[in-house]
Amino acid sequence: MNIHEYQTKDLLKHYGVPVPPGRVVHTDAQAATVAEEIGGSRWVVKAQIHSGGRGKAGGVRVGNSIDEVRVIADEIIGTNLVTHQTGAEGRLVRRVLVEQASNIVREYYVGLIIDRATRRITLVASAEGGVEIEVVAKQTPERIIREIIDPAVGLLDFQCRKVAYKVGLKGALLPQAVKVMKGLYRCMRDNDAIMAEINPLAIVDNGQLLALDAKMTFDDNALYRRPTISELRDFDEEDSKEVEATGHGLNYIALDGDVGCIVNGAGLAMATMDAITLHGGRPANFLDVGGGATPEKVANAFRIVLQDPAVKIILINIFAGINRCDWIATGIIQAMRDQNIQMPIIVRLAGTNVEEGRTILSTSKFPFIIASNLNDAAAKAVTEVNNIVQKVVPLKKEHS
Amino acid sequence: MSVLLNKDSRVIFQGFTGQHATFHAEEAMKIGTKVVGGVTPGKGGTQHLGLPVFDTVEEAVQATGADVSGIFAPPPFAADAIMEAIDAGIKTIVVIADGIPVQDMVRVERYRLGTNSIIIGPNTPGIITPGVGKVGIMPSHIYSPGRIGIVSRSGTLNYEAVAQMSDLGLGQSSSIGIGGDPVNGTDFATVLKAFEDDPDTDAVLMIGEIGGPQEVEAARWAKKNMRKPLIGYVAGLSAPPGRRMGHAGAIISSESDTATAKIDMMEALGMFVVRNPADIGATVLRAIKS
Repeated sequence: MNIHEYQTKDLLKHYGVPVPPGRVVHTDAQAATVAEEIGGSRWVVKAQIHSGGRGKAGGVRVGNSIDEVRVIADEIIGTNLVTHQTGAEGRLVRRVLVEQASNIVREYYVGLIIDRATRRITLVASAEGGVEIEVVAKQTPERIIREIIDPAVGLLDFQCRKVAYKVGLKGALLPQAVKVMKGLYRCMRDNDAIMAEINPLAIVDNGQLLALDAKMTFDDNALYRRPTISELRDFDEEDSKEVEATGHGLNYIALDGDVGCIVNGAGLAMATMDAITLHGGRPANFLDVGGGATPEKVANAFRIVLQDPAVKIILINIFAGINRCDWIATGIIQAMRDQNIQMPIIVRLAGTNVEEGRTILSTSKFPFIIASNLNDAAAKAVTEVNNIVQKVVPLKKEHS
Repeated sequence: MSVLLNKDSRVIFQGFTGQHATFHAEEAMKIGTKVVGGVTPGKGGTQHLGLPVFDTVEEAVQATGADVSGIFAPPPFAADAIMEAIDAGIKTIVVIADGIPVQDMVRVERYRLGTNSIIIGPNTPGIITPGVGKVGIMPSHIYSPGRIGIVSRSGTLNYEAVAQMSDLGLGQSSSIGIGGDPVNGTDFATVLKAFEDDPDTDAVLMIGEIGGPQEVEAARWAKKNMRKPLIGYVAGLSAPPGRRMGHAGAIISSESDTATAKIDMMEALGMFVVRNPADIGATVLRAIKS
């Protein structure tokens, strides 16, 4: 789960990480009031959406007067901000963070990740602040400093000093850097985050370190024990179909193709998408119905897949282990009947109770296209969708 | 394959009297798995499925000589159950739970250091040695005894591969799911080594997916250390970056996490690679004939 920048900064403040004075607001009037309250002569107005690249997209701007802050806030709030992460449709900005602007002397990167190879939380730092760490890792990997943290003792002061010294945070900055790194670590550990980063961590003109931007991602599997983090969830930032799917115990991710997919198991769901792609088709979604799928759950899967208007056909690929093909087939029939589905449905069933499942499908009145295996299923799906696309005659030319 | 589950393995289940453990313990017993009891705190001294129930794993080990445990505790309690099994000296710990907090697994892995325990999972279908037994939730009827070892992150994709192999008359020595989580107990390379040392295995199929470095690390290990043919597939060719594809660990965070990058590296390291998931069985057959 992701949260907004202002929420991350609120959290970090509790753990002793210095952040600029500021507050989140929903209107331009509030923005002006906040700017006045926090004082100073320059302010930065930052769009609060779950995306990187907000600055380049025009979502982070500096105001040199209270009036300018008001105007900028008015311009940003309510716009659809398009960044390299939001896709072409962009993301509606509902609130902005107003902060005192800082005079930056130098920028650094400090982050914590869970490193899979060592199975430990790892502190990562770089003197290349303000740049995405992935870019630094690719272009100048030698400039990235790493320190592995033993969970039995946590992040130690000397480890912070080693890292700080290597990125060039020396002298009076050293104890400040230790405080920032330890605060970030405690915040990650105590709240079950899986990623935490301050980028940039800046030296400002009064010689202090300040977290100018920060991001944290939390472990969905640990939210049950982190109620205060769960409350920070912003459903407006998530795909409504994905949220609904989660409520039904389904795992759904919207993609941009036209072949709807209903599969059991994450691995098989990915492989099904891959097979469709290799046959020249484009999957409309990833959907895992999970284990022990009831007919109702299968019917809900249809409902969610069909909310995507681009879907032209549906491919069902089930290899039942703890699932039962007869339940799946019953769910398919239920969906066809209750949701009045007219598009071609390709079904591949295998595993537990496969014969019962096939009988349920073949004795129904619906014209299912039955596939014998994964390859057959993908081939038939792509043939069907191509037939539909070729048949569609454009009613009117779009004006450009 | 003798290191993880063989005819001498003595199996217990933790969370034994729960609905899932009960069902899968019965399924395991039906195919001959030597189940010797189980643990449910608070129910010690009772009987379940005609077997003794214990309050602690330590007690169960002392009374039954168990060396394998299938953990069916729900995710919030799984880490504690795993560490209890490690403490009791269980050698092979199979963790079925999907949804264990990742920092719990970081602590579990730290706790395991210096012990002889092997953790399979979490978020795994388990281990099956056809003809001998299973500890897990996979449908045993699709597997058949043979000489191909399988190791995979995904459960259903493992079944898919088995079905394709069965169509070509190929059976399995053992099939091991290492699980779909970002931090897991046993990685691909560890299982490859076990198969390489196993006299009943002729070739190994490794089924990976997007996210993390372990497929490539395993391929590097294999190039140096493995003589048996190794076949690899990586799911998620069409997965978008930055999205978690069902499994907590299946997410593209960098270029090296993509299916294409991993497959290309595996091929460069001399493995037999499968690019189309429909060709898994055929590629295994080609590899053992080469």
